[in-house]
Amino acid sequence: MAAQLRFRLALVFSVFALLSLLARSSSQDLQIANAERRIDLTSHIIKVFLTLKVENTGASPASEILLAFPPTQVDHLAVVKAAATVGKRKKKTYQPLDVNPSEQPDSPNGTKYFSVSLLKPLGKGESVTLEVFYILTHSLEPFPVEISQSESQLVYYRDSAIILSPYAIKQQTTYIKTPGTKVESYTRVDPTIHAGKELKYGPYDEQPPYSYSPIVIHFENNNPFAVVEELVREVEISHWGSIQITEHYKLVHAGARHKGIFSRVEYQSRPSISGVSSFKHILARLPPRVHSVYYRDEIGNISSSHLRMDSRKSELEIEPRYPLFGGWKATFVIGYGVPLEDFLFESSDGRRYLNFTFGCPLVETVVDKLTVKVVLPEGSKEPSAVVPFPVDQHLETSYSYLDVVGRTVVVLEKKNVVPEHSIPFQVYYNFNPIFMLAEPFMLASVFFFFFMACVAYLHIDLSIRK
Amino acid sequence: MAASEDSNESKIRTVFGSVLSLFILILIGVLAFSIRLFSVIKYESVIHEFDPYFNYRVTQFLTKNGIYDFWNWFDDRTWYPLGRVIGGTVYPGLTLTAGSIWWLLNSLNIPLSVETVCVFTAPIFSANAAWATYLLTKEVKGTGAGLTAAALLAMVPSYISRSVAGSYDNEAVAIFALIFTFYLYIKTLNTGSLFYATLNAITYFYMVCSWGGYTFIINLIPMHVLLCIVTGRYSSRLYIAYAPLVVLGTLLAALVPVVGFNAVMTSEHFASFLVFIIIHVVALVYYIKGILSPKMFKVAVTLVVSVGLVVCCAVVAVLIALVASSPTKGWSGRSLSLLDPTYASKYIPIIASVSEHQPPTWPSYFMDINVLAFLVPAGIVACFLPLSDASSFVVLYIVTSVYFSGVMVRLMLVLAPAACILSGIALSEAFDVLTRSIKFQLPGLSENSQIDAGDTTSSSVVTQNDAAKTNKNEDTLKERPSRKTRKKEKEHVEKTSIKSQIKKRLLVLPLEASIAAIFLLVLLGAFYVVHCVWAAAEAYSAPSIVLTSHSHDGLHVFDDFREAYAWLRHNTEVDDKVASWWDYGYQTTAMANRTVIVDNNTWNNTHIATVGTAMSSPEKAAWEIFNSLDVKYVLVVFGGLVGYPSDDINKFLWMVRIGGGVFPHIREPDYLRDGQYRIDSQATPTMLNCLMYKLSYFRFVETDGKGFDRVRRTEIGKKYFKLTHFEEVFTTHHWMVRIYKLKPPKNRIRVKTKKSKSKASSTTSSKRSGKRKKNPWQ
Repeated sequence: MAAQLRFRLALVFSVFALLSLLARSSSQDLQIANAERRIDLTSHIIKVFLTLKVENTGASPASEILLAFPPTQVDHLAVVKAAATVGKRKKKTYQPLDVNPSEQPDSPNGTKYFSVSLLKPLGKGESVTLEVFYILTHSLEPFPVEISQSESQLVYYRDSAIILSPYAIKQQTTYIKTPGTKVESYTRVDPTIHAGKELKYGPYDEQPPYSYSPIVIHFENNNPFAVVEELVREVEISHWGSIQITEHYKLVHAGARHKGIFSRVEYQSRPSISGVSSFKHILARLPPRVHSVYYRDEIGNISSSHLRMDSRKSELEIEPRYPLFGGWKATFVIGYGVPLEDFLFESSDGRRYLNFTFGCPLVETVVDKLTVKVVLPEGSKEPSAVVPFPVDQHLETSYSYLDVVGRTVVVLEKKNVVPEHSIPFQVYYNFNPIFMLAEPFMLASVFFFFFMACVAYLHIDLSIRK
Repeated sequence: MAASEDSNESKIRTVFGSVLSLFILILIGVLAFSIRLFSVIKYESVIHEFDPYFNYRVTQFLTKNGIYDFWNWFDDRTWYPLGRVIGGTVYPGLTLTAGSIWWLLNSLNIPLSVETVCVFTAPIFSANAAWATYLLTKEVKGTGAGLTAAALLAMVPSYISRSVAGSYDNEAVAIFALIFTFYLYIKTLNTGSLFYATLNAITYFYMVCSWGGYTFIINLIPMHVLLCIVTGRYSSRLYIAYAPLVVLGTLLAALVPVVGFNAVMTSEHFASFLVFIIIHVVALVYYIKGILSPKMFKVAVTLVVSVGLVVCCAVVAVLIALVASSPTKGWSGRSLSLLDPTYASKYIPIIASVSEHQPPTWPSYFMDINVLAFLVPAGIVACFLPLSDASSFVVLYIVTSVYFSGVMVRLMLVLAPAACILSGIALSEAFDVLTRSIKFQLPGLSENSQIDAGDTTSSSVVTQNDAAKTNKNEDTLKERPSRKTRKKEKEHVEKTSIKSQIKKRLLVLPLEASIAAIFLLVLLGAFYVVHCVWAAAEAYSAPSIVLTSHSHDGLHVFDDFREAYAWLRHNTEVDDKVASWWDYGYQTTAMANRTVIVDNNTWNNTHIATVGTAMSSPEKAAWEIFNSLDVKYVLVVFGGLVGYPSDDINKFLWMVRIGGGVFPHIREPDYLRDGQYRIDSQATPTMLNCLMYKLSYFRFVETDGKGFDRVRRTEIGKKYFKLTHFEEVFTTHHWMVRIYKLKPPKNRIRVKTKKSKSKASSTTSSKRSGKRKKNPWQ
């Protein structure tokens, strides 16, 4: 509680500081000369690429640029990344910039903001080109909500034809890419062009700040809406040479719910039209040199999986026990071991650290709640986790084979995880190798005392009568 | 031959022998454990079949909620809407055993799952059973016979069939408890020690906890006691072996909730009390005989007999009246079908419908006990040379168990240990005689070369070494226990040992004949080992919930059962009720976690008959029955597409029989054409319109255009039909499990509202009576 309060205070103060800094160069002084937005609706993970050319027309330099999102989108926002473009044409490079949620005092209709910190403040009359990339999850609403086996899945996507921004935008265009050519309906905000798999909104000129023009696109999307409601990844480090990973999945098909009958004969004989929105394969990308892979659920092994390995990656193709139709759920566990030397290193100050991938290994899935538990070996001290994005973390203790003091577990929790979060994180800890010998020593001494007791028993006469 | 040297040498021999037998025992334990792991290696570490799933579920509950909640557990997931008191109706031995193993491992921070512990409980207890067999046979005929019997039991196919890894059933621990109880009884009989008598009562308690087969013990031991008394072998040791067992054992047995007062009320236990009275009378007679002069004794006998007869008649009359007043004469159905093998098929179709309650065929004897069947007679003969209390017990054990195994296939399991013990004795004695005659004719051959000669094959090492060792240690072994026992026995044993030594000289076979006989016996043993390994690997390791088949393009796995159960588990509401034939009840509750109407604990015949009636009724009537039971899903097993023979269509006649037994409007002849059960175009209309037929073959014709059933090897009779009251909600990949949902009663309500509109003044009572008419099964 206290920590949270302090965090909030700090946030408020920083916002105030920011405001005082920006007091003069308020949003009105910045404007966007040109904006281009590309929305990719091909899968259920919506990727939006936004190119903004920002100009400073005010007097004072600006070091922050605000991105505005409607409140409905903020809840589904998984990732926001921004980069500044440096150089022209062929020598173009991207410099990643920090993006932080920020609050503004007079945000209309609960608009939420993210502020992009520029590397160097934008001076008067200067301009910068920003590439913003963000991911929305759970933003395709199936309609009709329930479909039968032979129907294909139609979804709504809601957004604004005009980019929501606290700055005036001189010229803007939005391209929306749909998975197929079949678009049932879309809101027209002239000029709007529908050609093939693409919808083009714009160009619109001279939009004042906070312009908003809601659009609804109703289109066919039969891509697997694979959502992992809860994923717990346990990474257990053994200094005897292996890291064991156990992943508990609760998978659900988050698309339009299946209604009525499921006919196997139709599913098997007419795969092209029957159950098009369902899926039965999922691909998991595992680290290279993975061994002892298993795939099971609470009632035993699931015999339908294939493992392909090469030197750079391993691919595990898994099939749930039954094809997943809309609303159907499945739970399963994937476990595997990887060699210790691939992931555990010693830092220059003598601490060990684990370097492991954070996100979910399944391809094209959203994880609503991801918990990563790093089980450190018994006797390790002072664990600290370094994760490149904000996560909740705390420590636990677990007991495994013949533990006495228990193992420290670093628990990292994050909500709304997408494949873009599959980047390495580190857990640093101190470990004395002598602890590795504790358990063999315990076993040896137990056997020693057992045999001693046997010898003693054989040489003691306990009978009352001599 | 200096006496000191000789004793020194024999001491070294004894130590060497006991260390060797210890190692052999450890190896036998390893063998017993590892031969049962074929199922884990070939398939996976998973619970097998039907009943083990229930035991597994109970164990899960026990480990999660603790022992007190376990005793009070009322299970509302089964026998809906009746439920079942699990704590009071289950033999808790197995569950408590696995639960304590799990608890112990977890308190040592060894995080094994409950499932793993359950899977490996049976192999662990098979090793224990092998060691118990060693102890028992050792009490009867010495170490050599003990080791041979233990090795035989470790891999007897009959026992393997019930105790492969994953076969988590009562029998797995019960056979160990059975043998160990017998061992302690014989041990008490041989030593006359109250300590062993108490232990015996405690193991008997464990046996009562574990398996309903404990009645075999409580009838066999009294029979043996009676036999000893009749043959004039009464001794105080017999009294100590028997009386505490009955008193303590009955008291302890009454503590088990599922037994309770049955331990004194039912006829299964009467024999033990009768013999308890007899042994006291005999003891009294012996006592009086000791203190009275022969003349006085005669007078006393006439007095007592005349008075005693009157009292006995009165008591017997009361007992008979009591017994006759109960409908089954105080015997439970299963016990009655043991005494009268035709009882079940006549009166209780539900017992008769279970394949393991059928009488076995001759090949199944060969399959399950193999060469032991030929060795047993030799063992019986060996038991009579000389006949002791212990060996007479073993003979009695084999005779009764042969009878019981002839009644029920399942009880082959009780026969297997007896067959192993007697075959062990036979083999050991045969090797004893043969090696001795070789030794006698080759005086130059030292013991070393004999041991070398024994190292021919791995299987022969054990047996030959045993034989050689028993031969060597014969005298010391015979003397050691005698030292501890009373003088009488000492004299007796010494006499017999001297006698046998004299006999040994005489029992000499020609050299060539004995070598050939040893070779043949080793061959026989090798054949047994090969057969056991084959049986363990091929015949008895299939978990039956996952099937495999070898085809030209490799191994094909049929995992349809778990596919269906997993689907039910994740995609139906938690409180939905699933109806299926009772075979799948345990699996549905354990794997799908859904409420079932009937399950493998067939305690309520009417309920099962209701489901049977529904399955054999036309669709509308079936819908009404199921709806009255709140059923939401109906699960049928159908093997017609892939040729899985034990599906519901093949079990269907039992549904008709059991259903017809309670609801007479279901008549078996309606489903048979000229006495033949068929589903092709010649089938009766009743058959082609019943629910089971429709649910099994719904849209089946669309798979190949003809509707060819691979199990029945025929085209189905009715190919195109629609379901009006059920809808298909799930069918597994190979069509082996099909799940249907009951359609909501839309049409009926509309009709009713119309009716009520037209007859606005109809009273509620008439409506109710109308409903009752429609559904006689409520």
